[in-house]
Amino acid sequence: MSEHKPNSFRNGPDEQGMFGIFGGRFVAETLMPNILELNDAWEKAKKDPEFQKELQDLNTHYTGRPSPLYYAERLSNHLGGAKVYFKRDELNHTGSHKINNCLGQILLARRMGKTRIIAETGAGQHGVASATVAARFGYPCEVYMGAKDVHRQAPNVFRMKLLGAEVHPVTAGAGTLKDAMNEALRDWVTNVEDTYYLIGTAAGPHPYPELVRDFQSVIGNEVREQMMAAEGRLPDMLIAAVGGGSNAIGLFHPFLDDEGIEIIGVEAGGKGLDTEEHCASLTAGRPGVLHGNRTYLLQDDEGQILEGASISAGLDYPGIGPEHSWLQESGRVSYVPIGDVEALDAFQLLCKLEGIIPALEPSHALAEVIKRAPTMSKDQIIVMNLCGRGDKDVHTVSEALGMLGEAT
Amino acid sequence: MTTRIDTRFEALKKEGRPALVTFLTGGDPDYDTSLAIIKGLPAAGSDVIEIGMPFSDPMADGPSIQAAGLRSLANGHTMEKTLSMVKSFREDDNETPIVLMGYYNPIYSYGAEKFLDDAKEVGVDGFIIVDLPAEMDDELCIPSIERGLNFIRLATPTTDEKRLPRVLTNTSGFLYYVSINGITGMAAPDPQDVARSVAHIKASTDIPICVGFGVRSAEQAEAIGRAADGVVVGTALVNAVADSLDDEGLATGSTVSAVTSLVAELAVGVRAAGR
Repeated sequence: MSEHKPNSFRNGPDEQGMFGIFGGRFVAETLMPNILELNDAWEKAKKDPEFQKELQDLNTHYTGRPSPLYYAERLSNHLGGAKVYFKRDELNHTGSHKINNCLGQILLARRMGKTRIIAETGAGQHGVASATVAARFGYPCEVYMGAKDVHRQAPNVFRMKLLGAEVHPVTAGAGTLKDAMNEALRDWVTNVEDTYYLIGTAAGPHPYPELVRDFQSVIGNEVREQMMAAEGRLPDMLIAAVGGGSNAIGLFHPFLDDEGIEIIGVEAGGKGLDTEEHCASLTAGRPGVLHGNRTYLLQDDEGQILEGASISAGLDYPGIGPEHSWLQESGRVSYVPIGDVEALDAFQLLCKLEGIIPALEPSHALAEVIKRAPTMSKDQIIVMNLCGRGDKDVHTVSEALGMLGEAT
Repeated sequence: MTTRIDTRFEALKKEGRPALVTFLTGGDPDYDTSLAIIKGLPAAGSDVIEIGMPFSDPMADGPSIQAAGLRSLANGHTMEKTLSMVKSFREDDNETPIVLMGYYNPIYSYGAEKFLDDAKEVGVDGFIIVDLPAEMDDELCIPSIERGLNFIRLATPTTDEKRLPRVLTNTSGFLYYVSINGITGMAAPDPQDVARSVAHIKASTDIPICVGFGVRSAEQAEAIGRAADGVVVGTALVNAVADSLDDEGLATGSTVSAVTSLVAELAVGVRAAGR
């Protein structure tokens, strides 16, 4: 933990794209001119009222923002402690928070004159959101997806195809998000002149971590207003799941300088941190360089990247966005693991108590809420980002519950 | 200071022919075979040896070099073993330049400063690190230069007027011109396009320019060699290793000769390109 507290936790990254030692631009030379061009386009767009207006208009009328801030009364009573609110980004068009970022980036792609969109996807939510905005703006779209994820997220593969995207299953490695990202980078380096790489999480070379965060910060900004309207004060605790960390940074970032608010990111603990089958890069990894940035990674003693594993395809990634690495080291945000079984229990509880089928990713965050809320007083407030809906996971859950049933 | 790389390119300039630069993944398919191949390269006609440091996630490599890295890692290859190969090579050959090529994370994990010290100690001459562009020079490039080691940068078709000065700054030994946008092992470029690009870069620098990506045959080596100071061949050699293995992926009696005989053919190509 750093001894020196910065004046603000919201000033990063610096001009080199660094959050402390994390972030940066660790990419092949072929991509550098493109990344610098993206940076210019982004710097101009940020300050352009027309860009902001168009994005806001799409957020309102296409996505359906603001998403509701919902008081989960039955769950709160059941847990018997803090009041639990959900930021309901699962109600967005396409079913998750991923659309917030995709709309922003497709507008950047158009500004840059690119004619083709590529994306990587884990759970398929980002792939669906990418295919959606590509359809809406008339671009061809190709999505790289690990072969294992193609199998376990079949409904999303079908959705992408319906939306006109081409889905490339990636068989390298364990066939999950890391491998999909490698293939997407290989495509990009080959087709860099006309192709826009629409990265789905707050990771990759600068400026991606920053721009994804800024597009997702609509989540936290809305929560701030909605919380004031509902309770007349800010919450005591924020909880969100982190895979690469885009939904979490979107919720957290607007609150980083509100000292009284405790902020918790929940990593995929898989089958347990004492096994190799987890994706808790912040809890169990160490700093390294992959996919364009320095960040916490699961790796062996030789710096070879480990595969990781989680029941949730969206959290199944051995790295994490660089800003989260910095927020952990600076002590501002705590990161904790939640295992597959706890996430499945939380998933089922929410279905039964609130009539909401959550995605497996926020089910991890929910499991942490279930641990924390009972230890807090009834006048305290937790906001959890319910960042995706669970329709895509029904198959995985039924398989897992069947297997769990046999095991007990 | 003058490095083995500088000396080699000066000698070839006098000889009036381009260099044959050969890439193979260290430890592929196993340590002993890989070392035997590397030791056989100078006699077969390789002028500069690039040894790939295998990485689990080689984002700029095509299927052949990806597979070579996995074979090497599966057989227990490590950074220490790569350095030990160089040490063993240097016992017999103190002239042929050795360049280590790879990705940054295994080096960062080893410790960047310690890596450079150990590499210098065993007789490494330079580095090509794919994911360290000029923007990240403080990581390894500047510390390499401080130790008298060459840091060889890649230039690509996307390296435009605006970008080129940045790429040339702090580059030494030679410049590796990647002749196509893409990953290793793709189709060979048009020699005329290469000649134009090399001439364009030459207007801004005196350092040798080697061209790679897609060169497979003596004819291609000759054609590209006419336009550049060196020709880099990688995937074709890695494929020669792969094609020589038995059904279980193990080296056979023909693995070493499969590589050295291809190198000998390519060497004829670069010599034919001599002026």
